[in-house]
Amino acid sequence: MKQLRKIAERTVETLLTASGAITTLVIFLIIVFLFKEGLGLFNSPVVEKGYVLCVHEKNSVADLTAYQIKQIFDAEVENWKALGGKDEAIELFRFEEIFNHYPEAEFGEDYQYLPDKLGEYIRHSSGIIAFLPKRYAPVDKPGVKTLREAQIRITDFFFGKEWMPTSTPAPLFGVLPLIMGTLWVSFFAILIAMPLGMGVAIYLSELANERVRKILKPTIELLAGIPSVVYGFFGLVVLVPFIQQLFDLPVGETALAGSVILAIMALPTIITVAEDAMRNTPRAMREASLALGATPWQTICRVIIPYASSGISAAVVLGIGRAVGETMAVLMVTGNAAVMPRTLFEPVRTIPATIAAELGEAPAGGAHYQSLFLLGCILFIITMIISITAEVISKKQHHAV
Amino acid sequence: MRFNQLNQLIAFSIFRILGALIVGFLLLILGFIIWQGVGVISWDFLTTAPTDGMTAGGIYPAIVGTLYLVIGSMFIAFPLGVMSAIYTVEYAGNGKIVRFIRVMTNNLGSIPSIIFGLFGMALFVNSLGFGDSIIAGSFTLGLLVLPLIIRTTEEALKAIPDHFRTGSLALGASKLQTIHRVVLPMAFPNIITGLILSIGRVSGETAPILFTVAAYFLPKLPESIFDQVMALPYHLYVIATSGTDLEATRPIAYGTALVLIAIVLGMNLLASFLRRYFGKRINV
Repeated sequence: MKQLRKIAERTVETLLTASGAITTLVIFLIIVFLFKEGLGLFNSPVVEKGYVLCVHEKNSVADLTAYQIKQIFDAEVENWKALGGKDEAIELFRFEEIFNHYPEAEFGEDYQYLPDKLGEYIRHSSGIIAFLPKRYAPVDKPGVKTLREAQIRITDFFFGKEWMPTSTPAPLFGVLPLIMGTLWVSFFAILIAMPLGMGVAIYLSELANERVRKILKPTIELLAGIPSVVYGFFGLVVLVPFIQQLFDLPVGETALAGSVILAIMALPTIITVAEDAMRNTPRAMREASLALGATPWQTICRVIIPYASSGISAAVVLGIGRAVGETMAVLMVTGNAAVMPRTLFEPVRTIPATIAAELGEAPAGGAHYQSLFLLGCILFIITMIISITAEVISKKQHHAV
Repeated sequence: MRFNQLNQLIAFSIFRILGALIVGFLLLILGFIIWQGVGVISWDFLTTAPTDGMTAGGIYPAIVGTLYLVIGSMFIAFPLGVMSAIYTVEYAGNGKIVRFIRVMTNNLGSIPSIIFGLFGMALFVNSLGFGDSIIAGSFTLGLLVLPLIIRTTEEALKAIPDHFRTGSLALGASKLQTIHRVVLPMAFPNIITGLILSIGRVSGETAPILFTVAAYFLPKLPESIFDQVMALPYHLYVIATSGTDLEATRPIAYGTALVLIAIVLGMNLLASFLRRYFGKRINV
């Protein structure tokens, strides 16, 4: 009996120990799954999966980047010379067009002669570039050259300025506008929230009397719990039309709207943490300063704020963390145009909003899907850096006595 | 001296006005939603399904869906979180391992919710093959609130003075018996407070359920844990941004927002009330 109980206790204790590792395990799993899916992108071909690009045999161009392919098919580049080939006009050819050149009957019952016909057509037009499904592509037919299957490059991903994940034949995954959009919106959010939050924190910790503080502090903490989708909804129905009218803009969904909503959402966090830090100033320091003849304002500026500075910085860093990772509110008010941000009065798009808006439509395992996971990796790394920074800063607080 | 005093007067006035303005503005947001939404709320609104392409009718399926997700995620997160906290507070001592675990818990808590959505989709929906389902959504939300439950439980356990533990051990109880019979019953009210806070958090999250469970429109109730459900926050997002007739849908959106706020803030208020109530009782 006693033996049995001991075994039971040992089992429970082992379980407890194991569950102690759960958060570590979850973080580990998140990293594994995010990066496993995301890094697959760099093994994907530039051209859409299941398709190839074919050119005439004598064409000297051997491979093309995603951006060049897009330029060709958007007719922005019209001569092979611009791509390092000979001086010859580019003829665009998409798979369906073959049906305009040969009668349907010539392709055979199961389209078994389709590759031959495609090969024949390509052989006769020297400036051609043809976008074809792999199954029908005339890969080893005479007179046809298949462009080498280049893979998406890391530099194109991080420094590319165009995010067009659904463009054919070559989707463009340049995340620079998204990263810049995220930083842009978050930066201005903190620029708005920091002075306001500090002011309220000073008021709450130094000026408000105890009764007011006891009501206001929990109220502010409560407001931090409002779901972000509700803030987004408020932004959509109040803030967006307001900004549109105030600045006379074509659309109200702008970076400014995103910054203001994020600032509102970050305020409770900043106020609470900064206020706690200021109130932690030892009474002796406060009173010593007053006894030396300093006014309360001088005491705040020269004693309390310097003492609480690491706590205040931690508050700001936490606010940035919340702003960078915020999804729903930003998705609803920023207009989501994937362009490099130039002003506050144009739509922008952030990393979390991109993931939320596009993952539903990206087929699992495809390049678009992988690129969104890679965006997740970038976001994960950014927030990890922020949270570790906040931790290091607030550690200092305890040693700074 | 004069100058200093004037300086102070100006600065303090600014802070006073700022304090009143900001708090007032934050409350204004709340008041606006309540004011716009309260007229929409009715028994029918709460108990019928959306009709006419979601421009009329109620939000019953979304309320039920959120309820299922709350229950499911708590089933996963509550036992795990409490056990994890018991380990760190009662067993692990104060060494390097515990510090590492704490850092990890904090970090997990700071990961944006959209990342949990990605992760949940990759692991539960695709790799484990649950598909878009209540179980996938519950796991995702459960992992999201795990740090919150761990933190509140840890605080609850730490608040129990050590002499209760040593007293119990001195009477010959084993360590596990002490935790089971002495520490946990005493910490129970505060642990429940953490549970309630987590329920508030889970019911308001949108990003993690976007790709793991939430259905755009599904008037019937789920039959198993492998079904999709509608959920309040996602429903609000949908009818606020992508309806067929946005203007006609606005009142429903206000009503949904109000119900959502009522649930989330209600849970938070209940938690802080309980904390104060039990806090007094334990001190006596």
